[in-house]
Amino acid sequence: MLTRALKAGVHPDECKFTAGSQIQQFECPERLYVPLQQHLGRKAKPVVKKGEIVKKGQRIGEADGFISANIHAPAGGKVKTIEKVMLPNGVFDDAIVIEVNLESGEVAEPTWPMKPLSELTPDDIRIIAREAGIVGLGGATFPTAVKLTPPDNVKIDTLIINGAECEPYLTADHRLMLERTEGIIEGAELVRRAVGAEKVFIGIEDNKKDAIQKFDELLKNKSGWEVVSLRSIYPQGAEKNLIKVVTGREVPVGGLPFNVNVAIQNVGTVYSIFRAATEGIPLVERVVTVSGDAVSNPGNFVIPFGTPAKLVLERCGALFDEIEKVIFGGPMMGMAIKGYDVPVIKSTSGILCFKRAVREKPKACLNCGKCVEVCTLNIAPTRVVKFIRAGKLEEAKNAGLLNCMECGCCAYICPSRIPLVQWLRYGKFMLRKMEAQK
Amino acid sequence: MESILLSILTMGAIGLFFSAVISVAYQKLKVEVDPRVEKITDILPGANCGACGFPGCANYAEAIVQGAPINKCSVGGMAVAELIGEIMGIAPEDVVRKVARVLCQGDNEKAVWAGEYMGIPSCAAANLAGGAGKLCNYGCLGFGDCEKACPFGAIKVNARGLAEVDENICTGCGLCVQACPRNVISLEPIDKRVLVLCVSKDPGKISKSSCKVACIGCGLCVKKSPEGIALENNLAKIIDVEKINDESIEKCPTGAIRKLE
Repeated sequence: MLTRALKAGVHPDECKFTAGSQIQQFECPERLYVPLQQHLGRKAKPVVKKGEIVKKGQRIGEADGFISANIHAPAGGKVKTIEKVMLPNGVFDDAIVIEVNLESGEVAEPTWPMKPLSELTPDDIRIIAREAGIVGLGGATFPTAVKLTPPDNVKIDTLIINGAECEPYLTADHRLMLERTEGIIEGAELVRRAVGAEKVFIGIEDNKKDAIQKFDELLKNKSGWEVVSLRSIYPQGAEKNLIKVVTGREVPVGGLPFNVNVAIQNVGTVYSIFRAATEGIPLVERVVTVSGDAVSNPGNFVIPFGTPAKLVLERCGALFDEIEKVIFGGPMMGMAIKGYDVPVIKSTSGILCFKRAVREKPKACLNCGKCVEVCTLNIAPTRVVKFIRAGKLEEAKNAGLLNCMECGCCAYICPSRIPLVQWLRYGKFMLRKMEAQK
Repeated sequence: MESILLSILTMGAIGLFFSAVISVAYQKLKVEVDPRVEKITDILPGANCGACGFPGCANYAEAIVQGAPINKCSVGGMAVAELIGEIMGIAPEDVVRKVARVLCQGDNEKAVWAGEYMGIPSCAAANLAGGAGKLCNYGCLGFGDCEKACPFGAIKVNARGLAEVDENICTGCGLCVQACPRNVISLEPIDKRVLVLCVSKDPGKISKSSCKVACIGCGLCVKKSPEGIALENNLAKIIDVEKINDESIEKCPTGAIRKLE
């Protein structure tokens, strides 16, 4: 076992209240609203019609292009209609509404080769990831099949399995690592085979000692595999940061992990590959942490995609009168939703309800330099933001605006409560606009 | 006394020498400029707004001399076009005066706000942060990016949080159209007096729940004037103002289609 730590970053209160609660299966609701845009890239094309009977796991949306993902029915039933529903980002987009028939236990035949795990070739594994609609479950939802297809001239030597889960409150990956340890290891083996890596690291933060121990026991005698214990700090789970912490290699600005011969996958993602390969079930549900001070029964649940937030919150005893803010994802990088009808999708790692939202007016910058200290990507946020405020976008770009991954450390630490991340986002938008006009 | 005299004489001699050099250089290295360019530049309003499609007034003046149409300046309008026409010796065709129109009526009372926004007071920034809690993803956010962009003070965010154009001041330069992150503002001929004041492409059920004055795509107006209005993307679209029946405007259940005074 190795121990490593990220330099810089912040350490908010962990608030991992649900770390001890076992994963429970969430009862499938009577009606599911399955959005066609649950991933990064092009929206899937619907392949079912109104009135059609679908089986569980049947493909209902087809990937439209290379960077896109298939969408499957999370439960058997009848397609009621295709209508617009609000997504976590507030945009209304097409979703397939399924009237669930709970009695039908029929599961659709997988559209990928079902073989013993040891016989699966790298191509088979890529087909599984593509066909089963698997995307990165860490939050970015980038189609996994693309990540498993390194360019021909690149030799991947290291695979990192990301179990950092550095966002406060979230415990979905933690529970998954404890309860589905073998599945994760088998899934990681498949990914290792697909990308051709020799070395596998499993990075877990040390606030999950039980998970580290469990993996360490299972992997002690497996050569080439190593568990990395990481000192808890945010944003260690961000791809580029974890690569740097574990391997010491730095991904160039605008580059991908491929550029430093590394592949990286979240624990949830590798587990869903394992599940698709063994049980033939595509990505139709995920573990979601429901927590926050406005929920009386927090916990970790396996929730089918398309389940409206309202049902989840009702089941967990949310105090609807007192809720001020509901966040999809973690508190640092998640999105506040604008209505309770928003369905759970592939990117939903948590649903957090809070009684109080931060509401402090920003004050003037003190030039204290705290934001510079915490930035893991070597940006001086205060300087870049000053350029943006002055409309000097070229200078902001030269000062590293485009490095920013919007992790939120600078805004979290700022004693003047300046919304630095929003300024940086705004700066990126204005820069793109300016460059497009040229 | 002597030193003062000496320095005056030296400086004067140096001055004379260099002025001679410059005057010779001026004659030798002279660049021929069409005198009309300067004249036209003087006539143009000097707003450098770019509405003509050229980076600034001087560039447009150069382009005119090289044969660009003379009626592109919407700020100066017909008066400027006539003056340029005199210089160029051609008759100006009619300049259609265009003004900016804010195609949204969803102010703080009529549109539904699902949340409170404490971030940067700019439409572009708010739009990136889930639309500042405004449920409608298409309508005016009211932080005044257009107001800041307008060089003439013609567009202002009113007390109800909605951008408003003073058509008497608006020159139709289009800078507000570019500044608006939601494309709510559109340049329309000033004599087009019937407008659909909504840009929401959401289906009626959704737009109705997010705003009281949204176009819900019901098609009542199309029924009354099938040749004047068409339905496109859940939104009424004016094809021909002449063929719009007044009943179309009266019958609109939400008042999204309006006749301006």
